[in-house]
Amino acid sequence: MTDLLPLMAAKYNYWIYTILMMTGLYAMIAKNNLVKKIIGMNIFQTAIILFYVSIAYKTGGTLPIIMEGGHGGGHGAINAADYINPLPHTLMLTAIVVSVATMGVALALAIKVYRQYGTLEEDDINHQIRTQAGQ
Amino acid sequence: MIPIDLAILTLVTISGIGALAIKDLLGAAIVFSAYSFLMCLAWAIMGAVDVAFTEAAVGAGVSTIFCVAAVFHTTRRTKD
Repeated sequence: MTDLLPLMAAKYNYWIYTILMMTGLYAMIAKNNLVKKIIGMNIFQTAIILFYVSIAYKTGGTLPIIMEGGHGGGHGAINAADYINPLPHTLMLTAIVVSVATMGVALALAIKVYRQYGTLEEDDINHQIRTQAGQ
Repeated sequence: MIPIDLAILTLVTISGIGALAIKDLLGAAIVFSAYSFLMCLAWAIMGAVDVAFTEAAVGAGVSTIFCVAAVFHTTRRTKD
């Protein structure tokens, strides 16, 4: 217990990742406006990207780039223990592109919903759908 | 002395909650752009430069334009 608390304080990236992810989840579930739900979804996605970038980080690590020449003559990080792990970075590069595509499609659907119902609030849309079904 | 990534991540949390709390969709889009840019700074500090400049171009640039365009095609008013 005594060495757990400094460990939890040193890994503050994961706490902030958890806080951001739960903020996004709360916005997706509890917010009433459709654009606010989409912003919450994007916060959720960036929180997961923050988690992956955090697990790749090494204290004192450099970028995996060989300076000046290469072919044995250059200097830079050669051993895998000396540079930051680039595999999660490449995975999250794809995730960023996917997230902006998802946001574009979601906003286009929100515009279509607004043209159909004249509002972006979820309860108003549900009310209109129920009154139309009741007729 | 507070580490600089902890300071930036605190600002990220504040702007993320602020983007969801503002009762104006255009203001929420601008605060969300600030959130994306601060997150891009945090990733550049953590050594993920490729992720950082993709986020700066795509997250802080293109998605803000998408949000502002969607707000101008619909309405700025929101209840929460």
